[in-house]
Amino acid sequence: MKTFKMGGVHPEENKISTQAAIEVMPLPKQVAVLMNQHLGAPATPIVAKGDKVKVGQLIAEAQTFMCANIHSPVSGTVNKIDVCKDFVGLPKTAIYIDVEGDEWMEIIDRTPDLKRECNLEPKEIVAKLKEMGIVGLGGATFPAHIKYSIPEGKKAEYLIINAAECEPYLTSDYRVMLEHPEEVCVGASILRKALGVPNAYIGIETNKPDAIKLMTETAKKYEGIVIEPLKVKYPQGAEKQLINAITGRKVPSGKLPIDVGCVVSNLGTAFAVYEAIQKNKPLIENILTVTGKKLPSQHNYQCRIGITYNDIIKHALGELPETTGKVISGGTMMGKAISNLDAPTTKGASSVLVMDEAEARRNPETNCIRCGKCMHACPMGLEPYLFSALVKNNRVEEAKEHNILDCIECGCCYFSCPANKPLTDEIRLGKNKVRAWLAAQKH
Amino acid sequence: MNLLNISGSPHVHSDESTKKIMWRVNLALVPMLLCGIAFFGLNALLISIVSVVCCCLFQWLIEKYLLKVPTTVCDGSAVVTGLLLAFNVPATADMIWLIAIGALVAIGVGKMTFGGLGKNPFNPALVGRVFLLISFPVQMTTWPTVGKWFPMTLDTTSGATPLGIFKESGLSDMPSLMDAFLGHVGGSFGEVSAIAILIGAIYLLCRKVISWHIPVAFIGTAFLFSGILWLCNPEQFLNPVMTIFTGGIMLGACFMATDMVTSPMSKLAQIIFGCGCGLLTIIIRNWGAYPEGVSFAILLMNAVTPLLNRWCKPARFAC
Repeated sequence: MKTFKMGGVHPEENKISTQAAIEVMPLPKQVAVLMNQHLGAPATPIVAKGDKVKVGQLIAEAQTFMCANIHSPVSGTVNKIDVCKDFVGLPKTAIYIDVEGDEWMEIIDRTPDLKRECNLEPKEIVAKLKEMGIVGLGGATFPAHIKYSIPEGKKAEYLIINAAECEPYLTSDYRVMLEHPEEVCVGASILRKALGVPNAYIGIETNKPDAIKLMTETAKKYEGIVIEPLKVKYPQGAEKQLINAITGRKVPSGKLPIDVGCVVSNLGTAFAVYEAIQKNKPLIENILTVTGKKLPSQHNYQCRIGITYNDIIKHALGELPETTGKVISGGTMMGKAISNLDAPTTKGASSVLVMDEAEARRNPETNCIRCGKCMHACPMGLEPYLFSALVKNNRVEEAKEHNILDCIECGCCYFSCPANKPLTDEIRLGKNKVRAWLAAQKH
Repeated sequence: MNLLNISGSPHVHSDESTKKIMWRVNLALVPMLLCGIAFFGLNALLISIVSVVCCCLFQWLIEKYLLKVPTTVCDGSAVVTGLLLAFNVPATADMIWLIAIGALVAIGVGKMTFGGLGKNPFNPALVGRVFLLISFPVQMTTWPTVGKWFPMTLDTTSGATPLGIFKESGLSDMPSLMDAFLGHVGGSFGEVSAIAILIGAIYLLCRKVISWHIPVAFIGTAFLFSGILWLCNPEQFLNPVMTIFTGGIMLGACFMATDMVTSPMSKLAQIIFGCGCGLLTIIIRNWGAYPEGVSFAILLMNAVTPLLNRWCKPARFAC
């Protein structure tokens, strides 16, 4: 069984929403579509107040290189284009749309029929990914058309589809595999064609045996789809670790996967690619897990982007339990704590994770006892305890020399620290300080 | 609705804590305590109690009145220091009060001076022990004889340790290997029984409190080095099997050298650290003034730990 070689931890898996089939979330009264839902510059709105829009209509355009198109997730009238606070409380521009009915663009194929054949040329596939506003759904929301435009002089040899879902709690990729295995395989085949590589490797952790079985069966019908069972170990799904696990290659510090001939996309992205290329459906929906140990019910939803977290919670749970301590977007290891439940979801959202008051509290910090657990847990071979001391004392240059920028913020160091030191927080702060220092050096 | 907590990721923790680690070490020390009591009776028990109580008391007093910080006595590290200090002295009646001085030096000088647990460069129990050895050489080298099991008396007749016997009169009066393995020999009362130490060490290995690197490197180096010497001259040097089962090598390698705070972190550095301890121990035993050198060897290697941490970096990803 394949795995990455260095470091890693095994947090409690807590995949308690595995049995919940994907339900369709009803339409809200209003959605707010943020203009930056992707890595890079915000998109530029091309609709104005009072305009009527349909589901799947382009409402904001990518006008710079690092940007992605945004389409209306609902039909209705543009209410306003205004500032909207995102889920961590930062002000962003958003298009507010009042929902009226559910009228889709005619070009979108809404039938459930499977469409296997794709006759597009690689260039046309990439162009269509751009048109449909596809971004990576693994968390970083990197625009797909940029990832799949291989730069001059580089050559892709491996396509890796990340279905490890190594984060505790999350089950959306698992449910997609169980309910749409064919679609995922078609999506992966299309991406394989876009890159011109012989094989697409779908990496799945072995805590999802039924998904591995079903996907292996399904993959037999397709050329060049290989299912790779992976050891259950966090962060198996981190890009560099996944490449290491599947190909044995290592992406050097400061380099991109394509530098070692690899392209990695999330399983959710492969599904979105299928819908975009075969069904002409832009990225307007995502699959969200609503879960939590103390919740009365567990859910997986197919939601329109732009619905607020409060709307999701209201539909799924009625209201949050009295003892709620924290609500997280994403998994427990790398997800972000939500401070503003009135914020809309974005393309990259993968879960609403509700933690109890007791689970949400950190234990008090004590002295470092130099046990070295952080160092042995680090999948990048770094020294978190050292960064903690350097960052506190503002020794930015030394932190840079010890390769603080290699940190992938997976959280293994804090997770394993017996002194409860907020190592990941300190390193995050340190990385920002180092970047600021490097920027200052340039001027 | 109540307010939501906000923090950076990750939002879960392994629930590992310093306190749990320290109490696991304490549990691992219990077999040695029982063996000590079995061989040396009431004295061993009283010394351990006085030592642990004094260590905790001094730490509490220093934290409350000198440093004015919340007390950390509950984390169990003072108990570890107290037990290890007690294990490293002869079980004589004199030690019952002398150990209190050792506890003050171990906690006061060895640990709290530097800012408490995690900040001390030297193993506190060894600092206390070496202080006692240098200040009270007579009491610290007066060994009770081991005669019958469970001697429930405070009176002891003085005997000698295997290493002392060897240094004085050579191989003729040495105890058998089986006695040395079980602990039926003279010596500091926690170090005599190799079997009790191994039980504790295996528990710590299973609970991942310690890794095998330091103990194996320490004992292995001592075995190899003393083996080479023995092959050169079996008359002058002790054979390697007796070498590792007598004196403090077992206790030192499994419990003192593996102290997280004062030993290096990367695996390579731990192996170098262990080898250094083994080498120094044999050098001191054979050419030093003292018959035993584990304490000094570990303290010397403690001083090298920051350098080892600096030199032996973990292997970085893709480098």
